[in-house]
Amino acid sequence: MELLWILIKIVIVFAVVMLHVMYATYFERKVIGHMQVRMGPMRVGPHGILQPIADGLKLFFKEDIIPAEADKKVFYAAPLICLISALSAVAVLPFFEGFAIANINIGLLYIFAMSSLASYGVVLAGWSANSKYSFLGGLRSSAQVISYEIAMGLSLVGVMMLSGSLNLTDIVHAQMNSPYKIYLIPQIIGFFVFVVAMFAETNRTPFDLPEAESELVAGYCTEYSGMRFALFFMAEYIGMIVMSCLAVTCFLGGWSGPFDVPGIPFFWFLLKAYFFIFLYYWVRATLPRYRYDQLMALGWKVLIPLALFNIVLTGTIKSLFG
Amino acid sequence: MVQLLFFYFALVVIGLGLRIVTAKNPVHCVLLMLVLFFHMAGLYLLLNAEFLAAVQIIVYAGAILVLYLFVLFLVDLREEVKMSPFIKKGKWLGIVGAIALFLTFLRGVMNFSLGPHGQYTIEKIQQMTHTKAMGEAIYTTYILPFEVAGIILLVAVIGGLAMAKREK
Repeated sequence: MELLWILIKIVIVFAVVMLHVMYATYFERKVIGHMQVRMGPMRVGPHGILQPIADGLKLFFKEDIIPAEADKKVFYAAPLICLISALSAVAVLPFFEGFAIANINIGLLYIFAMSSLASYGVVLAGWSANSKYSFLGGLRSSAQVISYEIAMGLSLVGVMMLSGSLNLTDIVHAQMNSPYKIYLIPQIIGFFVFVVAMFAETNRTPFDLPEAESELVAGYCTEYSGMRFALFFMAEYIGMIVMSCLAVTCFLGGWSGPFDVPGIPFFWFLLKAYFFIFLYYWVRATLPRYRYDQLMALGWKVLIPLALFNIVLTGTIKSLFG
Repeated sequence: MVQLLFFYFALVVIGLGLRIVTAKNPVHCVLLMLVLFFHMAGLYLLLNAEFLAAVQIIVYAGAILVLYLFVLFLVDLREEVKMSPFIKKGKWLGIVGAIALFLTFLRGVMNFSLGPHGQYTIEKIQQMTHTKAMGEAIYTTYILPFEVAGIILLVAVIGGLAMAKREK
């Protein structure tokens, strides 16, 4: 019975996440379109609402091309590694009181572990395709993800110290019982570092150097086509959703809100998560891309020291007043 | 169930280990190693050591193995480098050495007996969570070995810095 309930939860979450991925692409084009005074997709259905379905069908029926000198096994495995690691991270997210597929004690570490795996998919995709654009994209991505993962991990240490737990549900409960109700206020430095690292972890603008189209064609997915390309695309959007949900859970109080919305326990969670996803689009429409050395300098020389400072500060305040 | 899982993880770890040392393509080795780390994390989970399992993946799979990949890419190895053996006809020496080592290990395993139980029972760890239990043990009972390990790592970091700086 327990197992059946878990399976049902997996199916529900999987379906909801996939639906969000489909419409995240649509809203990305719409939002950026409107920010650039264009309409965005308009042709398929009213206001282009069926565009993701058309895109999906198109990608599904495209020819699957594999470069002649590619390492086939690794070439097949790379997009799957990306997608599986992104999807596995969803399993520990608490969407509302008592609803997480797996409520484990090390939820936060588990998400780090899974997001660090995503870099394998990218770097192996770059290597196996045997193309220089792919390879450069793959190398850039793994260097970037490793560097920013340190900053991201350190930025969340403050949250762990305040809540005294790695369990995401417990972190939300600890926030509800804290004086400010959300960790955004006491952990403002950590939040800043986390948000910047969040963009870099998911390879999004302004840190989308791995797939910088003006210099690397499409980076690590240059040689991919059809469904395999779509898998990378899905992994990227799932990564965005996971990072947004993590930010909501760790800094914005998860599912709690100023008042309870009857019947929709996940109302506040979704609202906050949508804000972060909107932030991704907003930043993409606003900021130009960083140069590679600037990206590394920002990660190592600004974000990591800031995160370390935040840990020391949090520790001092907690030991003096907590 | 637990024993079944243990045998699955243990067999896969051994099988993958053999496959890694025999595989020709170093990048495939790294990929197999990644799978191996996951199975080792599984073994930790069976021991209720969830923190160790997560750290195993984050540190070994997420950081160290990626650095291996970098090195492989920088030296551009597509196939294994072939070298002639250092000692001619060293094969028999190797076989005798391996058998001797195996017998030594076998002797050790046969004499294996469980040590006395410490204060951390499964119930206690489940109640206080593994992360907390481990933190307490490291920062109280084992503080000296922990600090020594930290200093050794620091020495390695300073050594690396010194080597990198010498060029100028």
